[in-house]
Amino acid sequence: MSEVVKARPKAARDEGQEFVKAYRIMLSARVLEEKLAALYRGGKIKGGVFLGRGQEALSVSVGIHLRKGDIFAPLIRDQAGRMAFGDTILDTLRTYLGSALGSMRGRDGNIHRGRPREGYYAMISHLGAMIPLVAGGLLARRLRGESGVVGATCIGDGGTSTGAFHEGLNAAAVEKLPLVVVIANNQYAYSTPNDRQFACADLLDKAIGYGVAGHKMDGTDLGACLKAVGEAISAARSGAGPQMIVADLLRLVGHGEHDDAKYVDAALRKKTVGRDCLAVAAAAIVENSWATAEELAAWRDEVETEVDDTANRVMREPEPDPNEEDWCAISTPELEDHFA
Amino acid sequence: MSITYLDAIREAQAKALADDPRVFLYGQDIGNFGGAFKATKDLAKKFPGRVLDSPLSEDAIVGMAIGAAIEGARPIIEMQFADFSTCGLNQIVNQAATLFYRTGVPCPIVVRLPSGGTPGSGPFHSQSMEALYAHYPGLVVLTPATVEDAYSMLLGAVEIDDPVIFCEHKFLYNHLKAESLPAEAEPIGKARIARPGRDATIVTYSAMVHECIAAAEEVATDGFEIEVVDLRSVKPLDTDTILASVARTGRLLCVGEAFPWGGVCAEVIARVTAEGFGLLDAAPQRLNAKDTPVPYHPALWGTHRPTASSVASAARQLLEI
Repeated sequence: MSEVVKARPKAARDEGQEFVKAYRIMLSARVLEEKLAALYRGGKIKGGVFLGRGQEALSVSVGIHLRKGDIFAPLIRDQAGRMAFGDTILDTLRTYLGSALGSMRGRDGNIHRGRPREGYYAMISHLGAMIPLVAGGLLARRLRGESGVVGATCIGDGGTSTGAFHEGLNAAAVEKLPLVVVIANNQYAYSTPNDRQFACADLLDKAIGYGVAGHKMDGTDLGACLKAVGEAISAARSGAGPQMIVADLLRLVGHGEHDDAKYVDAALRKKTVGRDCLAVAAAAIVENSWATAEELAAWRDEVETEVDDTANRVMREPEPDPNEEDWCAISTPELEDHFA
Repeated sequence: MSITYLDAIREAQAKALADDPRVFLYGQDIGNFGGAFKATKDLAKKFPGRVLDSPLSEDAIVGMAIGAAIEGARPIIEMQFADFSTCGLNQIVNQAATLFYRTGVPCPIVVRLPSGGTPGSGPFHSQSMEALYAHYPGLVVLTPATVEDAYSMLLGAVEIDDPVIFCEHKFLYNHLKAESLPAEAEPIGKARIARPGRDATIVTYSAMVHECIAAAEEVATDGFEIEVVDLRSVKPLDTDTILASVARTGRLLCVGEAFPWGGVCAEVIARVTAEGFGLLDAAPQRLNAKDTPVPYHPALWGTHRPTASSVASAARQLLEI
């Protein structure tokens, strides 16, 4: 079989390598999220848990095409993209479990994590609000004379209805900034289906209105996602202005782990959008002989061990101590207001 | 030479742009047009590529400033009228104000709010928003009342590593003049005794400082000397200077142009009552705008907001108690 692989043209082998690399990140995200769900059910997580099951192929494609020095503002279902951009199992668990050692130090939790100094912005809950932020980050880079930088941010179908989405994308288009807006059209915003969310025939139609390039693909197909997102990011990087990506897929979990998602139309699960992108990608890997089913199973075992070990470690870490907290919301202590 | 409050704001921005390459300006009509009030007149020409016209998008203006600040820039953004900043409220209070606490990364943006009433401006071009922003942790809220402070506090605001809500009063833009721009400035966060006195303290800020000084002059004809404290900064609030003044006078009136409910005046009175109850010879009083939208017609507007005359009446009542 190794001779068969060697006989393939180089492009196909490279494609296989990138595909497998992306798959392994998706797998890590999936396994980590399964652990988060288990911890949530066990009452170990204080706040909510929001999972990206079914969206890993799209999300990883964003993170994998970004470079160090780029800007990334992920949303709630982007565990795979976050990990592709450099986030770790350790910091994810620390933030979910509220460890004082995590990047958010217990001051914020779950998907609200980032390291803005490293171009990894920490989302707020208000949808669309990260689009202007990334646009502004890119504007500042341009004013500083930097080129070749890309900023990407992810959102869902529901988020496209917000004012911030409109204002941010429009302003970025006016400035021709290298912004990539990635829309996971997962058919529901919490419980609201697309026919109560927007009236255009296709979300991609919005790109025309903003004067930005549009890209559309099957969000359950890793190969299609890698290709389309890669092209969009390259176009932004080369100066073609903002890019809008719309990927059709289905959220395979509730809005959060508190939500049983009974409202999801059962027929959708049987359609292409309802496929599990991780299973589809695994099948493609085996079919193309990029790895065997046994190797895939071994990769899963490997991640499960790492996730379990890391979770055990983080659960022994200190909680934030209110007595150690400085309770100051500004960085200039002399301007702190004092209340008796 | 005569310099207006508006000149001071423009000159401070020009100096910030000249001194610090990280500074840029973003807002509606601020480029070649020079701004709705001309607060950025000629700056686009003097600083090419650094004074940028934005779309009509307050959320995007604030959000982009925050992103730029994360990347090390020092944006100054103009909300054409303070009233319109409600369209950018989410970015200000949820994004800018929380960034440092959540992530440890400071957010050095200056949000200029052309604030307060002028005759005929009506409900949506007259508001005073300082209390709204002061309510949120993570913001510094400045309310300059003089030409000197408009200049030095705006320059100071650009140097502050935190988001600053800069409430500049439109009524003062062209009415208020000074001989020259100051070379030195009182530190931000310190209140100022605008007029010394011994019989009562009026705590106020922004354009109301001038109404209160005029009221104090009127009441002086009755033989009473009122001390006027100009807060300069409503957040942080210089409680020490307020308490020291009340310790001298024993009586407190707070005057603000904003709506009455839960405002700066309420906060000042709450602090003085809690921390300086024993200093008071009479119940502290406040005088704010009326609890209605700001009316359009000057006859209504002149009664809606405090004026020298209504402040003088309130002060006389306080002195008679």
